[in-house]
Amino acid sequence: MRKKSQNTTALSNLLPRSGNKKQESGLWAAGAARVNTLLPRSGNKKQEFGSRAAGAARVRRWPSLLLAAALVLLWQGVSMSGLLPAFLLPSPVRVVFAFAEDFSLLMRHLGVTLLEAACGLALSVAAAFVLAILMDNSALLRQSVTPILLFTQTVPTVALAPLLVLWMGYGAAPKITLIFLTCFFPMTIGLLGGFAQADTDAIRLLQSMGADRRQIYRYIKLPSAMPAFASGLKISATYSIVGAVISEWLGGAAGLGVYMTRVRKSYSFDKMFAVILLVSALSVALVALVTRLSRRLMPWDRSSHPSS
Amino acid sequence: MTPLFACEHVTRCYEGAPVVDDVSLTLPAGGCVSLLGPSGVGKTTLFHVLAGVDTPDAGRVLLSGEEITGVAGRVSYMLQKDLLLEYRTVLDNAILPLVIRGETRARARAHAAPFFAPFGLSGFERKYPYQLSGGMRQRAALLRTCLMNNPVILLDEPFSSLDAITRRQMHAWYLDIADRMQLSTLFITHDVDEAITLSDTVYILTGKPGRITRQIDIPAPRPRDKAFLLSLDCAQIKQDILKAIDAAANAT
Repeated sequence: MRKKSQNTTALSNLLPRSGNKKQESGLWAAGAARVNTLLPRSGNKKQEFGSRAAGAARVRRWPSLLLAAALVLLWQGVSMSGLLPAFLLPSPVRVVFAFAEDFSLLMRHLGVTLLEAACGLALSVAAAFVLAILMDNSALLRQSVTPILLFTQTVPTVALAPLLVLWMGYGAAPKITLIFLTCFFPMTIGLLGGFAQADTDAIRLLQSMGADRRQIYRYIKLPSAMPAFASGLKISATYSIVGAVISEWLGGAAGLGVYMTRVRKSYSFDKMFAVILLVSALSVALVALVTRLSRRLMPWDRSSHPSS
Repeated sequence: MTPLFACEHVTRCYEGAPVVDDVSLTLPAGGCVSLLGPSGVGKTTLFHVLAGVDTPDAGRVLLSGEEITGVAGRVSYMLQKDLLLEYRTVLDNAILPLVIRGETRARARAHAAPFFAPFGLSGFERKYPYQLSGGMRQRAALLRTCLMNNPVILLDEPFSSLDAITRRQMHAWYLDIADRMQLSTLFITHDVDEAITLSDTVYILTGKPGRITRQIDIPAPRPRDKAFLLSLDCAQIKQDILKAIDAAANAT
């Protein structure tokens, strides 16, 4: 104990307020000034950082927008030409009208689908963390579980959905289960890979500081797995919407999949197109949200900045 | 008198073959001792043992006479890479040893903040490591190591990644810091001039498995100025060291 307190005094020798050694701290100030001349101006760094953010905005958007506009025009042209019956290929204008007409209905179904997707996704995030940490700690578990996990991912979602409905009924349970089954895999694999890539020297450094296993996860393994987890989450977010829609096709009272089945059966193809576009927009929005979130939470991760 | 830090007859094997064999060395309080040798003689392996993150197959490690073999956290250790965690700010990197000991983040930050000026890092507390120059990264890693708050500090090639000019400035700076913090330093280098500039004693580790083949004391007072480094005494010491390394190389 005596040693420790002695050393703390030694540490405080570095600080300017140890006034009892005035001459020495004067010398020290000169030393600090010398060292400081080595440092680049902090202003320069800031500027550099700013220009990178500006670079991110410089990604050219207009080629894809132009192409999309051209395709929509072509679509409008084909449906107006009368080559196909209007009910088989409704024009974009009619799709927009259908969307506006059913807007409040669509929003109600959207709410149900989003809730199912959110529940399934949240469960799969939790499961991914638990499973990945367990597998990271046990080679036996990793070797025994990995092939089975891979196998489960080869089962087509559409084949699984009706079985789940038979087992669990028409409520939310089979839908959330299906979303869970399709979503946890990319995140588990992402996390496992991230844990394995954690720098062994960084782990050793923490051990030399006396860190325990929990602290090694908290300070090294989990943060270094975050970029891989974010990529997994992006994939899973799109899976969650698709999974919800597929499971709603097979029965249920509400949800975008239910709406989709109804309008298909009544040959309202304009509404069909409207809901397809809504589902796509939803997936794109979710991916954008995850990207924004990960950039926010991981300002150090340069791979998430498109310009660098 | 018991030395502040020592290891006795340390042997560490990998897959049955010894990597370092029967290594003994001592570090007196306030001293600066270097371990000099070519790449691949097990210098880093030895340091893992001395830092307690690895256990030797034979021999023991002593701190003020107390055995600390295989016990981590008793001596401060800086590995060869700076190992700043890219996802933590410089300040949060520096406080890592404190929070691992159970200190709250706020208190640890308050404790560490005043050291940024003497370490030449003022204004960079909230920057991320990738925004720092090589010399600054090294000083940040040193600050973190110093905040482990042990009297003995082990540095594995702390300056080897820096250019020659920055390295020379860092030598003067480090000697000053070590003196003020009353640190006793054991460091690894493969640079003969660096060993002569910094240390009181140079241990030469050579061969396969690595053994200490020579111990050379450098009596000149520190910090050593240009006049000493260009003197005949210094040239004589350098010649001794180079001879010892060459002799070991020829023996194999």
